[in-house]
Amino acid sequence: MNRFALLIPLGVFIIVGAVFAAGLWRDPSRIPSQLIDRPLPVFNLPPIEGFDEGLSSDHIIGEGEVALINVWGSWCVACHIEHPLLMALAENDVIPIYGIDWKDKPGDGTAWLERFGNPYTRIGDDMDGRVAIDFGVTGAPETFVVDKQGRVRYKQVGPITQQAWDDVLWPLIEELRRS
Amino acid sequence: MRRRHENIAMRTLLALFALFAAGAALAVEPDEMLDDPALEARAQKLDEQLRCVTCQSQSIAESNAPLAKDLRIIVRERLSAGDSDAEAVDYVVERYGDYVLLKPPFQTNTYFLWAFPALVLIAGGAAAFFFLRRAPQRAVAADALSDDEEKELQRILDERG
Repeated sequence: MNRFALLIPLGVFIIVGAVFAAGLWRDPSRIPSQLIDRPLPVFNLPPIEGFDEGLSSDHIIGEGEVALINVWGSWCVACHIEHPLLMALAENDVIPIYGIDWKDKPGDGTAWLERFGNPYTRIGDDMDGRVAIDFGVTGAPETFVVDKQGRVRYKQVGPITQQAWDDVLWPLIEELRRS
Repeated sequence: MRRRHENIAMRTLLALFALFAAGAALAVEPDEMLDDPALEARAQKLDEQLRCVTCQSQSIAESNAPLAKDLRIIVRERLSAGDSDAEAVDYVVERYGDYVLLKPPFQTNTYFLWAFPALVLIAGGAAAFFFLRRAPQRAVAADALSDDEEKELQRILDERG
């Protein structure tokens, strides 16, 4: 009985250590999205400067296709990282990418796209950031995967890396297209 | 000379007091504030409960982040539109989840979180109780006097008496 009692602190230490060790691998910036498996928030954004068409939730749902919604801004440094990947997706017609230009000054978004290339099927101008808040966006870039019924199925926080694309996004897109 | 020392001590105390008495500076900007002071006071209370989602360890009352500013404006809009405090908070929670609440709500998935300190206290109390109840007995048993010692003790006591 006494010997057993001596092991209790060791046991507690191992359990607490395991919990902390698991915590070390979790990224605190990954806030779970409230939108998963819920329909897109309803929105209707005007076009950015130099474009004729804006972006609305009705438009995305109307297409009935699996799509990406990418929240970006010309001020967003990390958006540069994923931009080549988005361009490659657009050039190869892999999937429609809808852009939400988040809190950009008038004209800045357009200038950025002219300089680096435009991967977006359509772009909406979210100057006051209201739509981004409806999406629960915590920073740019963020990318949402939308299924054929217009429900949000996944949220990528931060740039889409090649690894995130290969391991998570592309398998999910293929699965959603089959269903 | 002595005077001067007292002065320095006094100043240090004052400085420390000022340091700890000062609350976190509010980030709310004058142009965000509502004209109605009662409504603005309610909004600032709510700001303190809501986490800035880009900075994470600050409330939106303290953060200068653009997103925190947007959320402060939303809180004020909701209150101006006649929302109760709970409704205004729910509006934000609906979009960002329980995570935006700096104080987690008491619900099924947080029972353990809230109960944990009490459980640790009970477990520690129980351990202390059993340990302390047993310890003196052991001491007495180990140090019991032998017959010879008992006689010697009696002899000393008799001598004194």
